[in-house]
Amino acid sequence: MINQNKVLLAGMAIVGMAYAYQPANAQMASAEVLVNTCYSCHGTDGKSVGDMPTVAGKTKSFIANKLKAFKSGKISSTVMMRITKGFSDSELDAIAGIMARK
Amino acid sequence: MTNISRRHFSVGLGVSAALGSLTLGGKAPFAATGKAQVVVIGGGFGGATAAKYLKRFNSKLSVVLVEPSSQYSTCPFSNTVIGGLNKIDYITHNYDALKKMGVTVVHDLVTHIDGAKKSVKLAKGGDISFERCIVSPGIDFRWDKIDGLDASTANTIPHAWKAGPQTTLLRNQIAAMRDGGTFLISPPPNPFRCPPGPGERISLVANYFKKHKPKSKIVVLDPKAKFSKQGLFKEGWAKLYPGMIEYHNIDDDGIVRRADVKAKTLFTDFGKFKGDVINFIPAQKAGKIAETSGLTNKSGWCPVNQLTFESTLMPGVHVIGDASVASPMPKSGFSASSQAKVCAAAVSNLLNGQGPGTPKFVNTCYSLVAEDYGISVAMVYGFANSKIIKIKGSGGLSPSGATAEFRSKEANFARGWYESISRDIWG
Repeated sequence: MINQNKVLLAGMAIVGMAYAYQPANAQMASAEVLVNTCYSCHGTDGKSVGDMPTVAGKTKSFIANKLKAFKSGKISSTVMMRITKGFSDSELDAIAGIMARK
Repeated sequence: MTNISRRHFSVGLGVSAALGSLTLGGKAPFAATGKAQVVVIGGGFGGATAAKYLKRFNSKLSVVLVEPSSQYSTCPFSNTVIGGLNKIDYITHNYDALKKMGVTVVHDLVTHIDGAKKSVKLAKGGDISFERCIVSPGIDFRWDKIDGLDASTANTIPHAWKAGPQTTLLRNQIAAMRDGGTFLISPPPNPFRCPPGPGERISLVANYFKKHKPKSKIVVLDPKAKFSKQGLFKEGWAKLYPGMIEYHNIDDDGIVRRADVKAKTLFTDFGKFKGDVINFIPAQKAGKIAETSGLTNKSGWCPVNQLTFESTLMPGVHVIGDASVASPMPKSGFSASSQAKVCAAAVSNLLNGQGPGTPKFVNTCYSLVAEDYGISVAMVYGFANSKIIKIKGSGGLSPSGATAEFRSKEANFARGWYESISRDIWG
């Protein structure tokens, strides 16, 4: 099991966005699984169909900076401050990285 | 779309087999017998998301979705139909997009899940075997908890807590009610589907009365001490609908003991309340198929490993959505869809011989107090010590005393959320 997890982690390091999980005791959830939670409001692959902002197509640093500014309260929001506080900065970076490729 | 014959069904599976996504069990006695890697039961927020995301994670997986109806009306936003803001079409979706993605959609009812044989039995005959099964059966009602009401009286006193014909029935009753009449509503005890739903329903009926039947009133008989977003709802009601809503909770004789359907009356311990329109939302439990297949415990809900949503009672079978015990997550469409994505990833990995890892879940419940007045509650969830946990510091309610502009923005986001999530699932 430990060996398998090491292989999985190595795989993720190379592929980056593989949907393989990290081991259960890891601090960070798999980025590809994390980013799926965004789609419920911002649309599949970050392409919104209604009044929610579309995230797809923005650069990684734009998205990461925005998410962190929501989290710190530097920019005001209705719900994003409450959501981003549930993620570590490295999770927000990973989400931004995937979203930027959509 | 409920009359597919065995033969048609068999052809359907045969086509899928030709595409390499499904293989027929040649020796089985039924024409309809088939085999899939994953059978998903139920085409609501949980099931439809799971089927779609299984294909997104691994397009080669053979996925069969079994759902009796060819169309699905969502509970989220059904209050806008009851309040006359939207037509039923707005909340009704179909399975065309899932079929295009390669999901085999079978419009039939699963009558039994056999965990040992790893197969499901279909109402029209035949069965489908699986490597893993994801069950998202939603809720069923505990009619035994109330005297004088049962499934048949719902045609007169609707629950409208499963959307579709019940939504239309309640809408029509409210539209036909005289000005000056009373809308009597009884929310269910905990735990139940969509905790802020009753508050939103009261709000949007009040919104309709204010515009069209201003002499009417709303009486609420709630068996609980408090309800979801109570402070925010009461702030909105005082502002928008002063004097219209009379709220009885457990401390104010709010428990309904008995109903007289003919007299349109609900009886509490000390009082009786007559309504021109009555909406009684019964106590709830997991959907019937979960109960009859042995997926529920004494609570009436389905205990699961909260990492993978695999049943603790039936290995290989996962339960997601309202039917599962996923507390502290609420029973909401958003939660069900979030759980479905985590469960689909876990199932896809497990079928690949890989282990599941640390998930995170999100839930945001928007409610409309009026068309330009939205409020929300949100939370991010993680996983620690074998349990889903709330991430400290995250989530919470919309602020009280917010500006009209803030409320209006959240009302727009409520509609934006609905349009995005329904496209994410059924589009």
